[in-house]
Amino acid sequence: MMLYSYLIAPFAEFEFMRRALIGMIALSLGAAPIGVFLMLRRMSLMGDAMAHAILPGAAIGFLLSGLSLYAMTAGGLIAGFVVALLAGIVARTTELKEDASLAAFFLVSLAVGVTIISIGGTNIDLLHILFGNVLALDNETLVLIAAITTLSLAILALIYRPLVVECVDPGFLRSVSRAGAPAHIAFLALVVLNLVGGFHALGTLLAVGIMMVPAAVSRFWGRDVTTMILIAIACGMFSGYAGLLLSFHSAAPAGPAIILVAGALYVGSVLFGRVGGLVRQLVPRRHLEA
Amino acid sequence: MITRRQSLAAAAALAAVLAAGPAGAQEKMKVVATFSILADLVKNVGGDRVEVAALVGPNGDAHAYSPTPADAKTLAAAKVVFANGLGFEGWIERLIKASATRAARVVASTGIKQRKMEDEDHPGRIQTDPHAWQSVANAKLYVANIRDALIKADPAGKSAYEANARAYTAKLNTLEREVRAAVAKIPADRRKIITSHDAFGYFQAAYGIAFVAPQGVSTESEPSAADVAKIITQIRREKILAVFLENITDSRLLKRIAEESGAKIGGTLYSDALTDAKGGAPTYLDMMRHNVRQLATALTT
Repeated sequence: MMLYSYLIAPFAEFEFMRRALIGMIALSLGAAPIGVFLMLRRMSLMGDAMAHAILPGAAIGFLLSGLSLYAMTAGGLIAGFVVALLAGIVARTTELKEDASLAAFFLVSLAVGVTIISIGGTNIDLLHILFGNVLALDNETLVLIAAITTLSLAILALIYRPLVVECVDPGFLRSVSRAGAPAHIAFLALVVLNLVGGFHALGTLLAVGIMMVPAAVSRFWGRDVTTMILIAIACGMFSGYAGLLLSFHSAAPAGPAIILVAGALYVGSVLFGRVGGLVRQLVPRRHLEA
Repeated sequence: MITRRQSLAAAAALAAVLAAGPAGAQEKMKVVATFSILADLVKNVGGDRVEVAALVGPNGDAHAYSPTPADAKTLAAAKVVFANGLGFEGWIERLIKASATRAARVVASTGIKQRKMEDEDHPGRIQTDPHAWQSVANAKLYVANIRDALIKADPAGKSAYEANARAYTAKLNTLEREVRAAVAKIPADRRKIITSHDAFGYFQAAYGIAFVAPQGVSTESEPSAADVAKIITQIRREKILAVFLENITDSRLLKRIAEESGAKIGGTLYSDALTDAKGGAPTYLDMMRHNVRQLATALTT
């Protein structure tokens, strides 16, 4: 009975808790696999950069049609795609590496966004509006997250093979197939899509956090991509559930609580992880003897 | 080339203009009120004979105001300083001292029946509720106090002040009848709202609409799931029909709370300050009418 009132009753009693949980489950399903691929391609910080890059688009959407979920999402998507594409083109055609060109583009994009907001001169704190709240998911937002997740999973299934090969050995992929570049672009599009969806629904911290932290956790437990993706998804969902409970039973704000749970999982994994965890390294196993 | 003589002449001319300035203008008595609502009352009693300056202007928060050097200057030039009293403007004493003004000091709330309330910042500590103007009956007392103070400072205008005060009190009487009529139309069991404002104690005592403080959400920080759950439970338990929660700035969260608890989202209530001319409450009369209209719409439909 105690367990029930602690672990289940909050969700049974309050609709906003159920909605938050559903949102977190959907978001984990879409964002966590993308986080794993970002990590494997050493682009872990890209999520953060992209979250800033979509600001001008969202701002223009806001100025054109006010507080409309769809206008701001569309604007954010366009801005994110443009930055990702330009950064990718520069990286592939010049000497500059992708992270450096992305850094340049996202900073310019952020500056444009701040300028647009200032010139627009609305009294409403746009940044405040841009950041969603996991406790306030309405039907529209839930549908948007679910749609983005569905689309992400379908596209990931399509480009899974070239994506994995490019993570491991891009040279090999180029030698046997022309699928590398389209797969890369489709993947970047998915990153933007998930960020924009998560951004409006849940806020930047949550959107980027639920994408990257579970991915980092999964690295300590899985040896192949499939296992890592499954672990990342499970970790994301658990963080959502436990974080919401934490916020319900303490006074912690919901978004940070969810990421804090994920962070605790990460620390645990760094220490005790099966693959390369610190404790494992300190306690050497017996060598295989011939 | 400007010679010394020319610049001296210019300075002399300037001095003459400056000296002539006040004498040339129509002589109005300068008075100061600490905040916009009080300034509006003083304006109505003073009429043409008085020039009123409000230290904390429209939309300003008099609780958390920190005076500027310009305020000290305004005070020094004033003949009467009107304050609400009851601990509303904690900063006025120091400001009066700093400005070395010789203005007469008037506490406009003198004579009202005081209410106690819990301190916003220190729960559990009881203090006097300063928001006495939220009851129209008290506002009439304010007007009487203001009239007497103005007559004392400017005896020549006695008849004008008395006439103004009479006319304005008549308007206040009409207002009070309107408020009572509007509240009477709300069924008795529906006269209850949740609001984060703690300024409606006198209104509640005078007109019988209960203002319940929300449990949980008290700051502008991101609310936790616990906060949201507490508010929803409270609204359901106490069968509250409308919420006026302006400190939850996230409209989506407010909508969620309303949807889940079955309460309606009310509009803006003005408590401590008037708005500018474009806003919903540029005068005291407008403010009270606005609030009552908001409450009536939220509770009757």
